[in-house]
Amino acid sequence: MLLSELKEGQSAVVRRVGGNSILRRRILEMGIVKGTRIYVEKYAPLRDPVELIVKGYHISLRVEEASQITIDLEE
Amino acid sequence: MPSQTLTIALAGNPNSGKTTIFNAITGTRQKVGNWPGVTVEKKEGTVARDGFTLRIVDLPGTYSLTPFSIEEIVSRDFVLDSRPDVVIDIIDASNLERSLYLATQLRELDCKVLFALNMADMARSRGIKINADKLSKLLAVPVVFTVGNKNEGIDALLERAVELARADLPPSTRRRVKYNKDIEAAIQRLVAHIESQNGGNLLYDPRWTAIKLLEDDRIIKERLARSAGDRGKQILELADRERHILMDRFDEDPEIIMTDERYGFIAGIMKEICTTSSRQRIDVSRNIDRVLTNRFVGFPIFLLFIWIMFQVTFTAGDYPVRWIESVFGMLSAALGQVLPSGLFKDFLINGVIAGVGSVAVFFPNILILFFFIALLEDTGYMARAAFLMDKIMHLIGLHGKSFIPMLMGFGCNVPAIMSARALESEKDRILTILITPFMSCSAKLPVYIILAGAFFGPQAGSVIFSIYLLGILLSIATGRLMRSTLLRGADAPFVMELPPYRVPMLKSLLIHMWDRGKIFLRKMSGIILIGSTVIWILSAFPQEIHRPPADRPAQAAAALQAKGHPGAADTGTSTAPESYLGQLGKLLEPAFRPMGIDWRGGVALLSGFAAKEIVVSTLGVLYAAESNNNALQSALRRSSMTPLSALSMMIFVLLYVPCLSTVAAIRRETGSTRWMLFSIFYSTGLAWVVSFCVYQGGRLIGYL
Repeated sequence: MLLSELKEGQSAVVRRVGGNSILRRRILEMGIVKGTRIYVEKYAPLRDPVELIVKGYHISLRVEEASQITIDLEE
Repeated sequence: MPSQTLTIALAGNPNSGKTTIFNAITGTRQKVGNWPGVTVEKKEGTVARDGFTLRIVDLPGTYSLTPFSIEEIVSRDFVLDSRPDVVIDIIDASNLERSLYLATQLRELDCKVLFALNMADMARSRGIKINADKLSKLLAVPVVFTVGNKNEGIDALLERAVELARADLPPSTRRRVKYNKDIEAAIQRLVAHIESQNGGNLLYDPRWTAIKLLEDDRIIKERLARSAGDRGKQILELADRERHILMDRFDEDPEIIMTDERYGFIAGIMKEICTTSSRQRIDVSRNIDRVLTNRFVGFPIFLLFIWIMFQVTFTAGDYPVRWIESVFGMLSAALGQVLPSGLFKDFLINGVIAGVGSVAVFFPNILILFFFIALLEDTGYMARAAFLMDKIMHLIGLHGKSFIPMLMGFGCNVPAIMSARALESEKDRILTILITPFMSCSAKLPVYIILAGAFFGPQAGSVIFSIYLLGILLSIATGRLMRSTLLRGADAPFVMELPPYRVPMLKSLLIHMWDRGKIFLRKMSGIILIGSTVIWILSAFPQEIHRPPADRPAQAAAALQAKGHPGAADTGTSTAPESYLGQLGKLLEPAFRPMGIDWRGGVALLSGFAAKEIVVSTLGVLYAAESNNNALQSALRRSSMTPLSALSMMIFVLLYVPCLSTVAAIRRETGSTRWMLFSIFYSTGLAWVVSFCVYQGGRLIGYL
C-alpha cells in the first residue's frame, strides 16, 4: 500500500522509500526510514500536500512524493 | 596584550531556536552579510569572554550536511575549510531523534562538537525526559541544557565552548556511527588506499573522505580530483568499484543504506537516553492548526492575514512615507533657496535628492513588510501558508512559499523581491524573482487610471482589471516556460517541516526587520544614485535649449510622488522634448510605432524607468501645459491616440522593464548581473511582442 492512499487519522509503518535519489534521501534524512511509524494528520484544503506526524514532529509532503513511500497499514 | 580569537560556529536544524540563542549570545552586536557567492544570509557577532574574543558564526539552519542545498554546502564548507574552534550543535530537545541526524553527521566530521539541548522546558512539558549525561557519554560530546528565549544556560554554554576550544585533545574519534560490516570493510580498504596514496597532503580526514566517496558526494569527488591529480583519480576509481560491490550486495545505493544506519544508530541512543511519559498532554499547536489549515476556513483566514499585512504595509506605512517625503521636500526647497541657480543645483535637487529620495520613500513600507514576514516566520505560520498554497503554486512549477512575494508585488516589487529570500531552493527563488514584476505594482496604477479613464469611460474599471489579470496570466506562462527551459530540473522536493506554533519574541522580530532594512538601504542607495544621475543627465542636457526657470524640484517631486500623492506633481517634470531623453524617444520612435505609441509616449516610457509614476508626469509635460489629470486626459483624447493604442501602451507599462529600484533589487537578490539583464530584456521583449500583437491584431479586426 502507498502512503498517498491513506486517509486522515490512519497510521502506518514505512516499508520502503522510492523515488529519485535526491527526493529519497531527503525523505530518509527527515527520519522517514524503514520501520518508522507515520500518522496522517490531515490533507491540505486542496487535497495536496499531506501533513504527517513522524518521530513526534509534523512534516508535509506532496501527495506525489507520498506515493513513493510503500507502507503497511496499522489497524 | 591582544586577546586570542576563538571561532565558534552555531549549527542546527531550522526551528531549533538557533537564531534565538545567537541573539542571546551576541545581543545586537551582529554583522549581517552574505556568504561569499551566494544569497544565503550570514550572521556573525563577537563577544569577549575569559580573555578571549569569541567570534560567533551562525550557520544556516539545515537538517543534514548532505550537499544538496546551498545552505548545506555553505554550512559544511565552513566547518571543513574555515575550521572553527568549536561547533555548537543546537538541538531541539522536543524533537531529539531527528535533530540527532545532523549531530551524527557533525560527529563524523573532524571537528570539536558541543551539544546545546535547547527548549528543554518545552520538552519537559511534553513529557519528554532526556538523560543528558548518558547522551554525553554515548557520543563523547559535552552537553548543555539551554532555554534560548529565557536566556537560560547561555553562560554555561559559552563556558563549555571555551573550555573545549582550549582543550588540547584532538576531537574524540570514539562513538561515531558504525556501519554494517560490508560498508565498514569498504571504508577500511578505501582509508588504507587513501593513506598509502596520498600521504601527507590530504584535504580532509581519511575516514570521512572514504565515507563521502562511498556516498558518491559530488563536491568531495571534484575536490579530490582537483587537488590530488592522478593519485586522486586512482582513489576515485577504487571508490567507484567499492560502490558497485556494495550496490550489488545490497541492491541499493550505499548512501541510502548509510542514511538508514545512521537512524538505526540514533534509535539505539534514543532508547537509552529518552523516556516519554505516556500521559498525552493537550497539544495547543495542533489544535491551532486544526483551525488555521482547516478545509473550510483555512483559506479565508489566510486571505484575511494577507489582507491585513497588505493593508498595514501600504496604508499605515503611508504616514511615515509622507514624513520622509516632506523632509526631502523641505531639503530640496531649502537647497533651492540657498544655492545659486545652475547646473550643480539642478543636479543636487533633481539628481541626487530625487534619487536618494525615491529609495528612502520605500523604507517605511519595507520595514513594516519585513516585520510581518518575520512574524509569519517566527510564529510558524509561513510554513502553513506554503502548505495551503502549494497545490496552486505547483501548477506554475513553484513552491508554496512563492506566493508571498508574488502577492506583495501588487504593492511594490522591491520588498516583494526581497521577501523571496524565504525560499530555500535557488531555482525557486530566481524564478519567483523573475515573475514577480508582472504583478502590477501600485505605482503603475496612476498610468492605467489616466489612460483607461481617458479612452474607456465607464469600462475603465474592467479594462484595468483585465490588465492586472493579463499580468498574472503572463507570470504563469513565464513560470512554465522557464521551468522547461532555463530553470529546468526536477522541482525541489516539497518535504517541509511544519514547526509548532510559537509566541514570537519582539526582540528577534525587530532585529530581523532592522537587519534586512539595513541591507536594503546600504545596497540600494549606490545603484539608485548612479542610475538617477544617468537619467538626470539624459533629461537635463543639452543645456542650451530653452527651459523654464531651473528652480523647480521637478524630478524630485515626481520621484517622491512615487506613492501617488496628488499635489507634489504640480511642479511638472523636467523632461523636455529637446533633451537627450527626448531625442532618444524620437530616435526610438520606429520601435514604438508598431505598438501604436508615438514619440511622446516613448519618452514617457523611457523616463518611467526611474519610477513608473513619472510616466504620467512626463506625459503631462509633453501633452499639456499643466499637469492636471483632467486636462491631460482631454489632451490625450485630442491627440493621435486611440483606445487601441492606449490599451497597447497600458500593456507595455504592465510588462516592460521594471523600475530602477526593482532592477537593483533583482541584481542584488539573484546575486547575478546576468539574471538582471535577462529580466530587463525578457520583460521588455515580452512587452513589445504582446503590445504589438494587441495593436496590430486590433487594427486587423477593425478597431482603431
